[in-house]
Amino acid sequence: MSEHRFTHTLFQQHLDEQKLPGSRCRNCGELYLPPRPLCPNCHSGDMSAEMLGGQGRLIAFTAIHIAPTVMLEAGYSVKNPYFAGIVQLAEGPAISAQIIGVDATQPQNIKIGSQVQVAFIERSGSEHRALAFEVIR
Amino acid sequence: MTNRKIGRGVAMVGAGMSRFGSFPDLDTRDLFVDAFQDMRQSVDKGLDPKDIDILYIGNYSSDLFEGQGHTAPLMADWVGLTPIPATRIEDACASSGVALRQGIIAIASGMADVVLVGGIEKMSNLPTEEVTDTLATAGDVLYEIPAGFTFPGFYAAMATAYMHRYGATPESLMQVGLKNHDNGALNPKAQFGMRIADIMAKKKARAQQKGRAIPAWSDEMDFLHDDRANLVIAWPLRLFDCSPISDGAAAVLLAADDIAHRYTDHPIHIIGAGQASDVALHDRPDPTTIGSARRAGRMAYDMAGVTPSDIKVAEVHDCFTIAEIIATEDMGFFEPGRGYVAVEEGLTRRDGPRPINTSGGLKSKGHPVGASGAGQAVEIWHQMRGEAGSRQVAGDIDIALTHNVGGTGQTAVVHVYERRN
Ligand SMILES: [Zn+2]
Repeated sequence: MSEHRFTHTLFQQHLDEQKLPGSRCRNCGELYLPPRPLCPNCHSGDMSAEMLGGQGRLIAFTAIHIAPTVMLEAGYSVKNPYFAGIVQLAEGPAISAQIIGVDATQPQNIKIGSQVQVAFIERSGSEHRALAFEVIR
Repeated sequence: MTNRKIGRGVAMVGAGMSRFGSFPDLDTRDLFVDAFQDMRQSVDKGLDPKDIDILYIGNYSSDLFEGQGHTAPLMADWVGLTPIPATRIEDACASSGVALRQGIIAIASGMADVVLVGGIEKMSNLPTEEVTDTLATAGDVLYEIPAGFTFPGFYAAMATAYMHRYGATPESLMQVGLKNHDNGALNPKAQFGMRIADIMAKKKARAQQKGRAIPAWSDEMDFLHDDRANLVIAWPLRLFDCSPISDGAAAVLLAADDIAHRYTDHPIHIIGAGQASDVALHDRPDPTTIGSARRAGRMAYDMAGVTPSDIKVAEVHDCFTIAEIIATEDMGFFEPGRGYVAVEEGLTRRDGPRPINTSGGLKSKGHPVGASGAGQAVEIWHQMRGEAGSRQVAGDIDIALTHNVGGTGQTAVVHVYERRN
């Protein structure tokens, strides 16, 4: 991956291969998810590829009933809501993702701070995998 | 962060707005004409439009909402301002708050003496799904939207984080909607000129008229808990936690302090201006506060030389009920985690010690996104000059504030206003 540019295309290719790619600044050591070509912290362009393990913790979530087009096409609706959330990875960075493994009609059953594990899900209407995290406990 | 001052004093010398609402027969230009006329009427000594040096138009997305780009010269044409410079400013829902700041910068720099700041948006042409998609483009389309987030979804996630940390409940959020509907009922320009109790009565009357079962809500909270009457949009946010889909326009006339007397003997000076940017919500250290708003607020307070306790009236960006609670903390009116308690205790009511969103806020007045920032300044203009009618806050409103947020806080812009006579 290091010979490639750290673009969204590269990120999506990795999701399709069920990998979670980040990039680390060789100058200041900061780790980024998704991978970035330039370090916003020290402005160095010297970045190296680094895969993340996919273990994390849920820090915010919502059960979405009125869905955007992309999720309507994936089969979600008022009657079939889903969770979106923010996950902080064990390595430090945080990212937005769909949250799975809990019934979204029962949002009280999901707790902030829950342990989650990365999942690379297929959605109808898309040829690419999407980033998701499954609630473990 | 350097404590800068405005190089040349700037004042509001006029302000007006169209009605906010859903207007199938009116295009953006018509709404802007309404705002322009209302602004012109507000100028005590009259305005010759030839005095205007620059037009800034805040607008989020006429391209996606209406299929119309390059809107600023069009607005200039429709109110007879060509050939002056006309420029559109886009910072999502903060577009016209930022346009106001650009107007201040233009006058402070000496490049202009009189600037017209407009805000416009016409959202109701699109069906709800497409409005949802269009608003979501204010987030990161590559790294936030694929998660399934919508705009209500982002704020709902902030709400769950806030509730988890501080113990607020969905009922705390509902109190914001109740208060803002109480205020909006007194604002003739508001989209919902009705208290929630009035809306309930109207729904009951309609059910009766159509021979359907009359809903048996015992009170407002019972209504707000009814999944059919107040559907969940993005849990814990329901319909009455969300600002509506709106059409509207606002117009604010700025002049250099040294010539403001040509237009009025009662100008409203803008003594503090702050703006900041921020990263995506997931990249911030704390989803229960909006860091850009805190920074913009500090800039504006420092520039003005005032503190939060000096602010008599504030219009803050309540695109969602949780957003108002967070805004009142970010502006320093309440400690972190105390904003929801303040609402529950009624401190932010119009007759309370800390009136917030006397206009009805975006929730009740309406949220034509690109017009909302300028619309906030219009309310401050009326409140500070004692012209807010039945919703006028009592006492000497000598210092006031507006807080306008774009996206989930990737942009925030804050202004502090002063009346000297
Ligand atoms: Zn670095």
